[in-house]
Amino acid sequence: MRFLFLLVVFILLSINVFLIFMWAPTEVHMGHVQRIFYIHVPSAWIAFLAFGIVFFGSIQYLRTREQKWDNLASASAELGVVFTTLVLITGPIWAKPVWGIWWTWDVRLTTTLVLWLIYVSYLMVRSYSGNHYQGSRYSAILGIIGVINLPLVYFAVNWWNSQHQRLVLGVGSTESGLHPDMKTTLYFSLLAFSSLFVYLLWFRVSLKRTEDMVRQNVPLDMDN
Amino acid sequence: MREFIRPIFVIAWKDIMLELRTKDIMVSALIFALMVIVIFNFALNITPATVEYLAPGILWLAFAFAGVLAMGRAFIAEGDKGSLDGLLLCPVSRDAIFFGKMISMFIFMVVIESLVLPIFVVLFNFDSISFNLIGIIFLGTLGFATVGTLFSAIAFNLRSREIMLPLLFFPVVTPIIIGVVEASSGVITDTVNIIGIGRWVGLIVVFDAIFLVVCPWAFGVAMEE
Repeated sequence: MRFLFLLVVFILLSINVFLIFMWAPTEVHMGHVQRIFYIHVPSAWIAFLAFGIVFFGSIQYLRTREQKWDNLASASAELGVVFTTLVLITGPIWAKPVWGIWWTWDVRLTTTLVLWLIYVSYLMVRSYSGNHYQGSRYSAILGIIGVINLPLVYFAVNWWNSQHQRLVLGVGSTESGLHPDMKTTLYFSLLAFSSLFVYLLWFRVSLKRTEDMVRQNVPLDMDN
Repeated sequence: MREFIRPIFVIAWKDIMLELRTKDIMVSALIFALMVIVIFNFALNITPATVEYLAPGILWLAFAFAGVLAMGRAFIAEGDKGSLDGLLLCPVSRDAIFFGKMISMFIFMVVIESLVLPIFVVLFNFDSISFNLIGIIFLGTLGFATVGTLFSAIAFNLRSREIMLPLLFFPVVTPIIIGVVEASSGVITDTVNIIGIGRWVGLIVVFDAIFLVVCPWAFGVAMEE
């Protein structure tokens, strides 16, 4: 079952690569560098989805104290950090040729960076805590506080930014006039990345379940 | 109501007494705050012309760094001879323990700030102290103490707690740091109108209100055994 899913993910990602590099039209002003957009945007979308799942899993864990919710939240946090890292790497690579700068303290960029820091410390709390249950509780608290704090960070940075600098784009915003083929590529990329995320999440949660069994000395069922 | 308020002040008073006798937190945090200011003086070359623009950032970084240093100590004294377990076994709610710790933390920070601020005034010929600025410092410190108490309790039980506390604390207090620096800057330079400052003060108040509700709850969850 899992192998089949992996196969589907692999095929989707292969088609995605073809669409991004062969099929999607080249952007007039930005040229080929615009293609990073098809990786950047889905990564950002997956990252926010992942942190939403962390929030949900954390609340459920603190409510029910069932290990499966903690597994879901922590697996999702790991993936969220990976995809946010991708966002933070692909963004500057695109921004340098297009905006002429690697980074700007724009509200979306800054909020993403702060979010990344919060969830990196989420993972650190887990690995630095003395016992497993303590780590689960502490990180669940952080998973909830991280999301509650998000709108505050957003507003603060937004107001701060509008007072200090305004972002002047060298090229018109990409969202406005997307070619239909570009839209198709973007939506397909979203689908491919989402399937990758679901696969990785599934894999990681089942790995965590195995870790729990090892911790509790339950005989492993290797067919699982 | 009285049963809820009394233990809070007993716990806070215990911390203050302990601090008055040992002076562990205050002296180190105060000296550290002064060090930060002295180092900034060399790093940024502060002159009478630029001090008004640089003062909010320098002051708040000094307060925040000294605050983190003080917070790190808040639960270490409790760890000695298992007195944290004794405190948790007391027949009072977790909220009372949280608020007691928070109030003592808040008082320590306010005392440090009220010593650092005059020294800053003298060192840099900084004469823009106003009641508005002091009000903003109070509100900001309240937020710092609330979030800091929760995370120092969490970091206390972690390995390498010295590094984990700032790593947990600073990302979460980002909005309040932006808010206090902007509000102080508006008050000091007197270039921003009252609505502009009010917006930042509003953000700080909202932050304080949210975390005054969330942190005691989270403290209860973190401290259960």
